[in-house]
Amino acid sequence: MSKVIVSKDKCKQCGYCVKHCPKQAISFSADFNSSGFKYAVVDDSKCIACGMCYTTCPDGVFEITE
Amino acid sequence: MAKGKKVPEKILRQVPFCPGCGHGIIVRLMMECIEELGYNDNVLIGKPVGCASLLDNALAVDTFTGAHGRNGASMTTIKRLKPDMLVVSYQGDGDAYNIGFSETMNAAYRNEKFTVITINNGNFGMTGGQMAWTSMPGQVTATSVNGRNVELSGMPIRVPEMIASSFDTAYVARGSLFTPAEIKKTKSYIKKAMQAQIDGVGHSLVEVLSPCPTNWGLTPLASMERIVNELVPYFPLGEIKNKGGK
Repeated sequence: MSKVIVSKDKCKQCGYCVKHCPKQAISFSADFNSSGFKYAVVDDSKCIACGMCYTTCPDGVFEITE
Repeated sequence: MAKGKKVPEKILRQVPFCPGCGHGIIVRLMMECIEELGYNDNVLIGKPVGCASLLDNALAVDTFTGAHGRNGASMTTIKRLKPDMLVVSYQGDGDAYNIGFSETMNAAYRNEKFTVITINNGNFGMTGGQMAWTSMPGQVTATSVNGRNVELSGMPIRVPEMIASSFDTAYVARGSLFTPAEIKKTKSYIKKAMQAQIDGVGHSLVEVLSPCPTNWGLTPLASMERIVNELVPYFPLGEIKNKGGK
């Protein structure tokens, strides 16, 4: 089963993934990462591992497992 | 079952670009293309002076930083000495157009067989957002505080169209990043440009319209909206010239 792995400390809160996720499965956290940004959090129950977040992310936050 | 996706192994670390900067996406696309074409161990990336200088020590491939704007000349030398090597010049619009216009155009004029990727964000990003040739009419920058006056400074420059119409080069295209579909198209342009070099057809150039949220004074998402509404009507997207492979 494909799954999305999030490297939360790389996230810079640009919001491209939140906008382009076709299932609205991504939101921002309530707390902050080590760089002071609210980071992307993936709701696994909605995620279909389509990879749109990987495609739009400028910072390599997402990895889709096979 | 979806296919796994992972940032190419030759990108060693996260590059400290501003939040929402398009450079991060374009660098990843470039490294994915190099990996897919099998040139991970036989590639040289020419870095410019500017924001992309932040790529120092970030890529586990051979890189070369030329003098400001002069990568057109530097990459010519390297490609002529190492014809089997994939040579990619990664430059910003300020570096490739304003500062290094002569070298960029001369390399295209001679049809040097290397690939140029230019990142058009409409200003000099690294130094604080000064006006560039690619700034839009009325755009407020650090050196055009009342908006760009095109009566004094001329209209924004479209270098890809100039190269495509004037010189006998192999491949010219312009892409952008505002949707996943556009990102995938841009990747296909970069790959075709590299393929044109590998096939020995000639010089190839891909310009990418990229957001600069910090210097535009917009959020990353509003920057993408600005590209769609203001830049794309003036800088049309798509393949401008494709001579095809051998």
